[in-house]
Amino acid sequence: MTTATADASALRARQDRGRKAAQNREKWAQGRTYLSAAIVLLWCLAPAYWMVVTAFREVGFTYDTSILPTHVTLDNFKTAFDTSFGNHFGQALLNSVFIGGVVTLVSLLIGVFAAYALARLNFKGKFLVLGFILGASMFPGVALITPLFQLFTNIGWMGTYQALIIPNISFVLPLTVYTMTSFFREMPWELEESARVDGCTQGQAFRKVIMPLAAPAIFTTAILAFISSWNEFLIASQLSSDATQPVTVAIANFAGAQPNQIPYTAIMAAGTIVTIPLVILVLVFQRKIVAGLTAGAVK
Amino acid sequence: MKTPRFLLPAATAGILALTLSACGGGGGGGTTGGGGGGGGDASANLDGRGPITYVQGKDNSNVVRPLVDKWNAAHPNEKVTFKEQTDQADQQHDDLVQHFQAKQPDYDVVDVDVVWTAEFAAKGWLQPLKDKMAIDTSAMLKPTVDSATYKGTLYAAPQTSDGGILYYRKDLVPTPPKTWDEMMSMCSIAKQNNIGCYAGQFSKYEGLTVNASEAINSAGGSVLDKDGKPSLNTPQAKAGLENLAKAYADGNIPKEAITYKEEDSRQAFQSGKLLFLRNWPYAFNLITTEGSSAVKDKTGLAALPGKDGPGASSLGGHNLATSVYSKNKATALDFMKFMTSPETEKFYATQGSLAPVLGSLYDDQELVAKLPYLPVLKTSIENAVPRPVTPFYPAVTKAIQDNAYSAIKGEKPVETALSDMQKSIESASAGS
Amino acid sequence: MATELGPTPVKAPASGGTPVHHAPKGVGEDNRIASQGRWASWLLAPTIIALGIVIVYPIISAIVMSFQKDAGLDPATGLFTAGGPAGIQNYVNWLAQQCSAPAGGTVACPPGTLGGQFWSATATTFFFTVVTVALETVLGFWMAVIMAREFRGRSLVRAAVLVPWAIPTAVTAKLWFFIFAFEGIANKLFNASILWTGSEWPAKWAVVIADVWKTTPFMALLILAGLQMIPAEVYEAAKVDGTTAWQRFRLITLPLVKPALMVAILFRTLDALRMFDLPYILTGGANNTTTLSILVINQIRQGFNAAAALSTITFIIIFLVAFIFVRFLGANVVEQSGATGKGKK
Repeated sequence: MTTATADASALRARQDRGRKAAQNREKWAQGRTYLSAAIVLLWCLAPAYWMVVTAFREVGFTYDTSILPTHVTLDNFKTAFDTSFGNHFGQALLNSVFIGGVVTLVSLLIGVFAAYALARLNFKGKFLVLGFILGASMFPGVALITPLFQLFTNIGWMGTYQALIIPNISFVLPLTVYTMTSFFREMPWELEESARVDGCTQGQAFRKVIMPLAAPAIFTTAILAFISSWNEFLIASQLSSDATQPVTVAIANFAGAQPNQIPYTAIMAAGTIVTIPLVILVLVFQRKIVAGLTAGAVK
Repeated sequence: MKTPRFLLPAATAGILALTLSACGGGGGGGTTGGGGGGGGDASANLDGRGPITYVQGKDNSNVVRPLVDKWNAAHPNEKVTFKEQTDQADQQHDDLVQHFQAKQPDYDVVDVDVVWTAEFAAKGWLQPLKDKMAIDTSAMLKPTVDSATYKGTLYAAPQTSDGGILYYRKDLVPTPPKTWDEMMSMCSIAKQNNIGCYAGQFSKYEGLTVNASEAINSAGGSVLDKDGKPSLNTPQAKAGLENLAKAYADGNIPKEAITYKEEDSRQAFQSGKLLFLRNWPYAFNLITTEGSSAVKDKTGLAALPGKDGPGASSLGGHNLATSVYSKNKATALDFMKFMTSPETEKFYATQGSLAPVLGSLYDDQELVAKLPYLPVLKTSIENAVPRPVTPFYPAVTKAIQDNAYSAIKGEKPVETALSDMQKSIESASAGS
Repeated sequence: MATELGPTPVKAPASGGTPVHHAPKGVGEDNRIASQGRWASWLLAPTIIALGIVIVYPIISAIVMSFQKDAGLDPATGLFTAGGPAGIQNYVNWLAQQCSAPAGGTVACPPGTLGGQFWSATATTFFFTVVTVALETVLGFWMAVIMAREFRGRSLVRAAVLVPWAIPTAVTAKLWFFIFAFEGIANKLFNASILWTGSEWPAKWAVVIADVWKTTPFMALLILAGLQMIPAEVYEAAKVDGTTAWQRFRLITLPLVKPALMVAILFRTLDALRMFDLPYILTGGANNTTTLSILVINQIRQGFNAAAALSTITFIIIFLVAFIFVRFLGANVVEQSGATGKGKK
């Protein structure tokens, strides 16, 4: 054994040890990542899980703390739809869908044109318009409520659907414009140019080339707009009536059989019914939604 | 061409907005009750007869429909349409306000909570029940009539009533206490059995106003004097509120009671965690019949304890009123008389367990058999004091709630709390 | 990369044969801008008119209302009479916490009136805003860093993170109300018997916890998007240079994420200043958890002209905060939206 080979094997040994140490560090880092990821999962899902577990639990065991489902029953879901205590949960679901649908539709119809203009066209005062639209979304709901409360009382619109739809447009429309503007910035507009070069008018190019490309973006924006309207509580709590209240108000005011009773299990059941479709919607369109949410913040 | 043309639509919107706001703003300037005392409206249509609409919150016990059917059968030309509102008091209130403010004639007879009567009367929306529209209230328990009277005029007909009663564990306490001090002295029994002594409703909501007013009234004080001015800086008021504060500090009122509403307190008593409970009569049925109740056969009823005798319960209940904008007031009056007649009152009691306002019915054997708490409730209502009768009720109840809450929790001394309550009510009554 | 004149066509240049970045402004260009301006007006008109109706009109109406007095009681008849013009009295009353005195004039608002709650509601609102936004930013950053890493199940985590955001705030509030009930699971888990909704600091922290739970994932997503813009080579190069993880974070991550972060923080802050649903349903505003929005709603039933003044004050506060953010803290919202084509590079 020459010194050269001795050195070489010593070097290799050191390198092996270094590699193993690095691999160990990697394993630790991976382990920490998995642990952190587990914490994040727990954080996000635990309270929601608790809501679902309680929804399936018998009323007598409302405060039971077993993590796994016990005393399972479907009664709470029946109670949620029961109208004999003055709850109108079923009607509220329909109301939320209706109001959300109309608000989303109107906002999309109006907003898509504005978004196109802001993303594609250049004109004086563009900055100003964008600022105006963004500024509009900064208004607190309370600032709109006070005059609308008076106005709607005077013209007999309290508790009507239009009384809920109109104020909702105030925050859904800017959101729609903002989101779609960001999406439109990303689109391959060259195709529109080529279509024009090939002989289409601007309108035809828009319809045949741009719209199909824009469809996914519009769809995502629709989802965000719908969820935003669905979540609204402040305006609805003041301007709606029994017949027109959306689910947020219905759940907040959920009454029990007795005065000032809070039927927790039934409320959790109602909450679960409201949440599950939203969660499914969000999970299925996860990628698109994330893209839409982050579109505005990052370019 | 250099000026962006979208400025034109924007400017149009702006001008439109300003014009509309000028119209809307003017109309919304105030809830005028037709400043001249609703004189014009109040004297109109006094002889009108025809179909009317009766408006009430949710008819949970199904008492109204059979009565309306009975009336309609007997009065085919003056049919009553029953419009059922929501179960929520706030929304019922807002619904009535909206119709009155818009001067709509579609609500003829309305059911008003006792605490709204003054507010609606002051806004000129309720028909004064005098002269042609007079109703005989001599057979009704006086406190119920007081709750329907504003500035000396009757504005509503009392229909159902409610008062607070004391529930107690008769297995641990054979004779119920007659005074507050007596009740507090019995707290040693509670401590021996490792349960709470007394609870009412002390969360920061309307129930706290009820409980705090009861404490003050039972000790001989009053929230408002007979002229409607606050009179809280009295030693009696101080003693009353001090009772609650001291009991909370001593632990005789369990500390979770500060979050209690009616149902929470009932649950606590029902699971055996309280010796004494202040609640409305509705709870009796549940405590004695619910499967999960641990105190089914151990519950006794008594009048609220006062200073030297029965305490002054707060008054609950509902009154019937006629809208000033109704077109058929003669029919409305007759319908109100029908709904407050002895037969109807008895029906309300047997069918809906709703306490009557006619004193004689409390001695009716048939009713007492069905509602065992009636004798106790009669004492309670006879000694009851309505919550403050003021058109500024929302501000007044807030003043009471905020300060009573702080006082009970020991966050400020009772004297300061009462003085603040006094100043707040004075400020509220001075108009905004 | 877009230019002042609109996106540069890749295949067919606008004029001549050379791709241009700053084409000379001739008459042709002027006409193009003009026609674009005309197009723009038509396309933007519906949105601007709609916003004018649903926002500008109520705001102006509220301002007009705020200069009126609420109806007062005529002591002689006991009936309400319309208040007259009030000038700025409503505003003065809110800011100076003055209430009507029985003998006329005003007096300092005693505890138990809404007028006496203005400054405490403002303080509460700012407390919630600062605390929730700070917590959400820090925790959101941590979550984002984790989600940016590669590991199996990463998409599951990303999906799970959307769940709190998807649940309506009213449901969240009721859920946390249940969790924080005296016999609820929060007390059981920590073996405590805290009256969460019964005293000031537990109630405030209950609201903070519920809000942080609901909104941190949203912040995390925004920050993640920012993180993903940073090219991996930059980190590689820094690693080769021998920097520590903390140095990499401070010198690379933070500066590059800052634009997106500032916009996210701005939006969250404005949202938090308007907070209503959570404290209203969780605590009812009791125990000093009343925010400005809750105060306005409570005031509406007692006198809506004063409520209009308060809501105007509220939105002025919000605008001031937004202004400070945009002007001094560099939250370049308009630029970030990409509409002007000036992206970040």
